[in-house]
Parts: sequence; structure tokens; C-alpha cells
Amino acid sequence: MSMSGAITSEVGEFLPDAGGELTPEAAAKIEGRSTWQLAWRKLRKDRAAVISAGVIVLIVLMAIFAPVFASITGHGVNQQFRTTGLNGFGQPVGPNGTFALGTDDLGRDILVRIAYGARISLLVGVVATLATVALGAVLGLIAGYFSGIADSIIARLIDLVLSLPFLLFAISLVSVSHPGLFIVIIVIAVFGWAAVARIVRGQVLSIREKEYVEAARSLGASSWRIMFVDILPNVLTQLIVYATLLIPVTIVLEATLSFLGLGIPPPTADWGQMISESETVYQQAWWFLVFPGAALLITTLAFNILGDGVRDALDPRLERL
Amino acid sequence: MVRFLLRRIGLGIIVMWMVTVLVFGIFFLGGNEQSVARRLAGRNANPQTVENITKRLHLNKPLVVQYWDFLKQLVWHHNLGYSFYHGEPVSKIIKEAFPITLSLALGAAVIWLAIGILSGVASAVRRGSILDRTLTFLALFFYSMPTFVLGLLLLFLVYYQLAKRGIRIFPGSGYVPLTQDPLKWLESLVLPWLTLALVSAATYTRLTRGSLLEVLSEDYIRTARAKGLPERRVIFRHGLRSALTPVASQFGIDLGTLVGGAIVTETVFGLPGLGYTAVQSITNQDLPVIIGIVIIASAAVVVANILVDIFYAVLDPRVRLH
Repeated sequence: MSMSGAITSEVGEFLPDAGGELTPEAAAKIEGRSTWQLAWRKLRKDRAAVISAGVIVLIVLMAIFAPVFASITGHGVNQQFRTTGLNGFGQPVGPNGTFALGTDDLGRDILVRIAYGARISLLVGVVATLATVALGAVLGLIAGYFSGIADSIIARLIDLVLSLPFLLFAISLVSVSHPGLFIVIIVIAVFGWAAVARIVRGQVLSIREKEYVEAARSLGASSWRIMFVDILPNVLTQLIVYATLLIPVTIVLEATLSFLGLGIPPPTADWGQMISESETVYQQAWWFLVFPGAALLITTLAFNILGDGVRDALDPRLERL
Repeated sequence: MVRFLLRRIGLGIIVMWMVTVLVFGIFFLGGNEQSVARRLAGRNANPQTVENITKRLHLNKPLVVQYWDFLKQLVWHHNLGYSFYHGEPVSKIIKEAFPITLSLALGAAVIWLAIGILSGVASAVRRGSILDRTLTFLALFFYSMPTFVLGLLLLFLVYYQLAKRGIRIFPGSGYVPLTQDPLKWLESLVLPWLTLALVSAATYTRLTRGSLLEVLSEDYIRTARAKGLPERRVIFRHGLRSALTPVASQFGIDLGTLVGGAIVTETVFGLPGLGYTAVQSITNQDLPVIIGIVIIASAAVVVANILVDIFYAVLDPRVRLH
């Protein structure tokens, strides 16, 4: 698949009333549209993608205003309600007037914890994705542009990282470090960059032979300038598509690490960890499993649908198959 | 072809060597030698005990020496070392866990290939129909579903709801060897298979659909239709055959990864396969075991990659040149 990047941007709208010749007024109405404008128009017409974007906005708002959930309910995120939040047998209580989504095994409010948990999921999802894509893009650019020894080393590294059992290495690396947000992000980037680098490298190999790169070189542009000013914009659409689809993957990875007890340490509210804590009591307290699970699923599903929409909008060659 | 094979296998060996360096680096550069001994000795151990353990396990030798010993044992004697915890050979632990992982991976693979390819074909043939849209949405739904959420939901909805009503078909967790009781083996694996298959099938639905749609727009398909072949034959004999190439390579890599341990599924269902054992030994800081599993799992991925490449080279001779 070759992708020469910027798509012809001077596409005017067909004007049916213009007849054979354009009047000056009609001609003035024809405006050039960039790739981004075209993609945006296409994306806005994709109903599933628009709904998903709306859902994502709601989740982001929930994360930002998590303290509001706490103050309205009067339940702190780590506050344990041993008398109202647990029943006579010390079991969690189901959804009721006080606890809209029930409580967990320690008598904490699940709604408030889900709202706070969204912060971790979104933060890791976005930051780890950006780190992964940035690392992959830079290494891919270097490998593809310079070739020779740099390319050999990076290409071998790509091969190596791609043939590692990802999750096994991730839990190994996390287990020898201090658990927390930072190491989770690092681990995702360290093992995730190779796929991005491979795509970028392949693209750069063909782009660097293009006339405009030769022109830039003749004008005396430095290698770094050519790489980042002339070549990078042409792989940008692909990077954006990849990044959008990578966000849900990293969100699930973070949740999986936390589920295995190797992610965000307690008592920080985290969806994966909540699901893991529910394992011992969900048979009596389904809400403890179902609500955090639903939060996670809705988030990843929304990002995946939006990602598909972004891909269709940005890459006109991929006709919606 | 021979040159291609040799080159590919050579690269595989280099990758495996880098893997051994990497795992060793991860576990021993973390300043772990003392913490391992201290952990094994227990909270109240005196420094002397810690020292003894360090010596007995050769944790006090320089890292390079430890690595060299390890590599020598591995390559010469096919020995992966001994568990820090109960002293059992790592190879024995792996041999016991492997059939469980293999049962899980192969059974799930059959189910997800069947679901994935059939739904992908149905989707592609009725492109744009309600069936297509439903299948496409379902694929995206299960693709977005974290494995552990699906596993726990199945346990709750199928196992627990049935058990509550006195119907105990599926065990909640655990594994029964095939040789011991084939029926119990099947029962213990149905829910794990379903979990793994449903989350994996989605990728195959999307892959088959896209690939088949592309193939069906080729000229030779038009020719096949023009000469009056029945549609069923056109799709399955002419279309699907070439559309399955990318599916096959994805399958090789997925299976390779899973054979090294389906960490999440095994953990949720308490199946003591390679993935479960890996998580356990990470919690216990049982370094030889986790290193052994990582090496075996990486080898599985490397071998799967080589097989996929050979498969491609056989299908398309141009690949061999690169």
C-alpha cells in the first residue's frame, strides 16, 4: 500500500447551477480545501463516529469533573462506608438511593470510583499512545531516511520487539520496577513503538526518492529538516489513524496490567483493578463487576468506532469496504 | 529457497539470543539479587541466612558470569535452571504447564477460525446488508472487549447462574488432563475456549471480510462468473482461497503468541498453564521460572514468524529475494 500523503486539495464543489461557464461570483465561491477539511467533512457525516466522539467527550467530562461526583454524593473516592455501604454480613450493597451504582468490597462508592478511574484510563491511553507514536515515528524516520548502519540496527530492533511475547515482557518489566502510572506508560511505549516504526520506515523508503525531497536537498536543506519538514507531514495521516486505533489498545493494556496486580497500585481508583477486586465477591455483587466492566468496554468501543471513522475519512483510497 | 531459509533461521537465532540478554537484563539489572534472597529468606531472616541463600543460588557472582552459566546450561544441556522456590527443574515446570496452554490455544483457535472466517465471508458476500452491519458491529464489539471482562462475565452469567440452580456443568476454575477424563477436560475448557475465541475471532472477521472483498473485485473472479460457475464455487474455490493468505499469516503469529501462554484467560479461569505460571512466578520473584517461560514463549513466536515467512515464500517466490 503506497500513500503519497497530501491529497489534491483543490477540489471545488460541483456547482450544478453554474451552467457551462462560471460567473465571477460562483468562481469566488470555489475554495480550496485541505486534506484536513475534507476529512473533517467526511467524518461529520459518519453517524457512528459522531456518536462515538460524543461518548468520548462525556467520558472525558466525567474524568475532569470526577471531584464533582464526589461532592454531590458526599462520598470520597477512597472513603469506606462500613455501616451504610456494607450490609450486615459485610457484603457490598447494590445500587440504591445513596449509592447509585452500589458499593465495592470495602464499602466505597462505585460511581465515584468509576469517575476517578476514567482519569487513569484516559491519561494512560492518550499519553502512552503519544509516546509510542512519537518514538516509533522518529526511529522509523531515521531508519528509512539514513539507511545504512542506522537502518540495520533499527530494523533488527523492530524485528526483535515484534517477536517478543508482549504481555509477558510487559509484566516482567513492571514487576522489577516501582509500580505506578509512569512505568505503565514507559512499558507500553517501549514495546509498542516497533509497529509504528515499521510503517513509517516503509513509507519513508519510498518518499525519500520523490522529486520534492531531491529539490529540498538541492536547495541545501539539512537531513533533519528534510525528515521533519518535508517527509513527516506525508506520513502524518497514517500516524493519526494509527494513534486513534492505538488509544483503546493501550487503555485495555493498562487495565489488564492493573487486573493482574501489576499496574496502578491500590487504593488509586482504576477500572482494571476494580474488576480484579470484584473477582472474589461478584457472585453476590454483580454491580461490582458489571459497572467497571461496562465503563471499560464503552470507552474502548467508542475509541474503536471513532478510529474506524477517522481511517475512512483520512484515507480516501480505502473505500469503505 | 535454501538461502532464504538459512537467512531466516539465522535471523531467528539472533533474535533468540537478544531475547536471552534482554530477560536477563530486565531481571538482574533491577538491583534484584539481594531482594530475591531476602524475599526467599523471609521477613525475619538474619543477614547470614540472606548471605547463604545468595551464595547457594550464585546470586553473588558477577552478572556476566551468571549469564554465561545460564547460556551454557541452556545451549549445551538444554537446562533452564531450577526454581528458586521449590527447587524443581524449570523444564519440568514448563512441561507440566505446556499441555494446558496448548489445549486452551488449539481448541480456541478452531472456534475462532470457524467463527471468524464464516462471519467474514457472510459479511463480504452480503456487503452493506443488515447482516453485514450486524456482524461488523459484533466484530468491533468483541474486538473492544477486554479478555478478562468477557471471561468474568461468562463465569458469572453461565457458570454461576447455572450452579446457583444446581446445574454444575462447567467448573468455575481448574483443569483436568485429557488423559485422565476427556469429558471433564472438555468441560473445564469450554468457557476458557469461548472467551479466547470470541475476543480473537473479531480480528479474523474483519480480516477475512476486507481481504475477500478485495479479491472479489479482481478480474479473474469476473471471468469465473462469466463462464457460468455457480456463485458458491466462485466464492469458496476462487475467492476465498486467495483471500485467506493474510488470514493464515495472522493465524500463525496469534497461535505462536498464545502457545507461550494465554496469560489473562488462564488467570481468570485458574488454568495452571504457562501464562498462569508466569504470573505466579512473577509474584513470587521466582526468576528462573519466569525467565524460562519468557524464553520458551519468545521461541514460539520466533518459530511462528519463520513458518509464516516460509508459507509466504512458497506462495510468492518474489518474497525470497528480500
